[in-house]
Amino acid sequence: MTEEKRIVLGNTGKINPERIEDYISAGGYEAFNKAAGMDPVDLIDEIIESGLRGRGGAGFSTGMKERFTSEACMRCDNRYIICNADEGEPGTFKDRVIIENDPHIFLEGMLIAARAIMATKGYVYIRGEYSLAIRRLEKAISDMRRKGLFGKNFTGSDNGFDIEIKKGAGSYLCGEELTLLESLEGKRGYPRIKPPFPAEKGLWGSPTLVNNVETFACLPAIISNGAGWYRSFGTEKSPGTKIFTISGKVKKPGYYEVEMGTTLRSLVYDLAGGMSEGSSFKAALLGGAAGTFADRSVLDYKLEYDSFKEMGITLGSGAVIVMDEKMSIADVLNSILRFFEHESCGKCVPCRVGSGQLLLLMEEIMTGNSVNWEFTGRLVEQALFMEKTSLCPLGQSHILPIRSAIRFFPDLK
Amino acid sequence: MEIEKILRKHSPEPENLLNILHDLQDAHPENYLPESCLKEVASYLNTTLAQVYGVVNYYTMFSTVPRGKYIIRVCHSPVCHMMGSRTIPGILEQFLGTGMNETTADGLFHLEYSECLGICSIAPAMMVGEEIHGPLTEESIEKIITGIRARENKNR
Repeated sequence: MTEEKRIVLGNTGKINPERIEDYISAGGYEAFNKAAGMDPVDLIDEIIESGLRGRGGAGFSTGMKERFTSEACMRCDNRYIICNADEGEPGTFKDRVIIENDPHIFLEGMLIAARAIMATKGYVYIRGEYSLAIRRLEKAISDMRRKGLFGKNFTGSDNGFDIEIKKGAGSYLCGEELTLLESLEGKRGYPRIKPPFPAEKGLWGSPTLVNNVETFACLPAIISNGAGWYRSFGTEKSPGTKIFTISGKVKKPGYYEVEMGTTLRSLVYDLAGGMSEGSSFKAALLGGAAGTFADRSVLDYKLEYDSFKEMGITLGSGAVIVMDEKMSIADVLNSILRFFEHESCGKCVPCRVGSGQLLLLMEEIMTGNSVNWEFTGRLVEQALFMEKTSLCPLGQSHILPIRSAIRFFPDLK
Repeated sequence: MEIEKILRKHSPEPENLLNILHDLQDAHPENYLPESCLKEVASYLNTTLAQVYGVVNYYTMFSTVPRGKYIIRVCHSPVCHMMGSRTIPGILEQFLGTGMNETTADGLFHLEYSECLGICSIAPAMMVGEEIHGPLTEESIEKIITGIRARENKNR
């Protein structure tokens, strides 16, 4: 029987998220005090050593990202740190859970990372619909100011450090890091061409570190207990724990923090209580809309970045959407394509035209009684074309659910 | 003047545009951004009305047409969709006597579709103002709506 291993969610349900004193009594900000006394280079080495990988979905080494940002442009006056809290991937709600239940844990992580890259200013870009999370965040940041946490000059900035909240306004695409920067600067959420990466040229052209809420929230425990301790959890290549959010036809949908390498079966059957009454497992959509379908053959695979990637399945941000035998793959795929079509920003032609075309093809498939091979072939062909030619990850994502749906469910039923 | 008071809470930098628009829209009883208001924002930030309008128009949370006091956001993204969200708009339309993207005659509710609200564990779900609700059924929707109506009538 698999159990949760709560590192990031350690305080969840145990402390009052609106009282910084509670967080401090639970050992909060000790890691930050330790980090503030460490040499930034050693701090980054420790984070690299921990093997922590970005929890937003890409799974890139967090420490390496910090090193690149800290080493870029030594003459730049400004260096920014941004927390990406623009959680919009369908099926994902872990960042909301963290911010609502324990906002200080990721804010402490931001301070640690700010010390590591010697950042001059921090921002939290949070989606506008997260009302309660925004209120708790505002309270948390004002308490940090009151407690003098920004005033220690730990990043060498003359003006001290500060964290500001920027609210999104209903755009999935703004969760993509370069688009997020445009939005944070007060503009329409149009993606930028990559490279340059934010580490080199980010906010207002300055080196910028952009990390997910959960990634920052991992840092306090790593700094307190050391990289070796963190590596004792999870797998060799994906150390630590990960929050998975389970939705769909299970008895107990919700959020569960488990060690990396846990199987999908334990997640669904041990933690989420198994399938809902009268349902049997048919498929899971892993990683959200920009994710992949999988059938029951993946139930015993270990959830970790690399082994999943090798199988052509994405772990993404940790969304696990469970489908039962009454649900139609084509219907869900259609819903995903409608979602993408709505969220396509229209800046580049392949995605603007392509996302509409894919939806039309899908509707043709839906209206037919049997799957028309000619149409599914065209669906894949168009999505592949979009993957190669679109400007940003949105247009490159359509192929993921399409290809995996056809691979595991050739009749799309 | 209300608008000016809100503007002054933010420094006149272009980066504050979204936060300013949120505050102004939240303060408006009809939950929208009239053109006169956008003109003041443009002048405060020393930019053009076109620039401001372009931003307002891009983001789905902003509206340039009047809406109701409570915005009902019905999620129809993949998780809510597979959990049965397609029946929700019809139920709401029936209880409220208004259609999607429309406002009730008393100005209390405005119905909208929304993409994933990040409350997938209670799908099918919706937001009414700042509150989240789910899993929705015909009964739970009736309870939510009558509850708000009763509260509003009392305060009137």
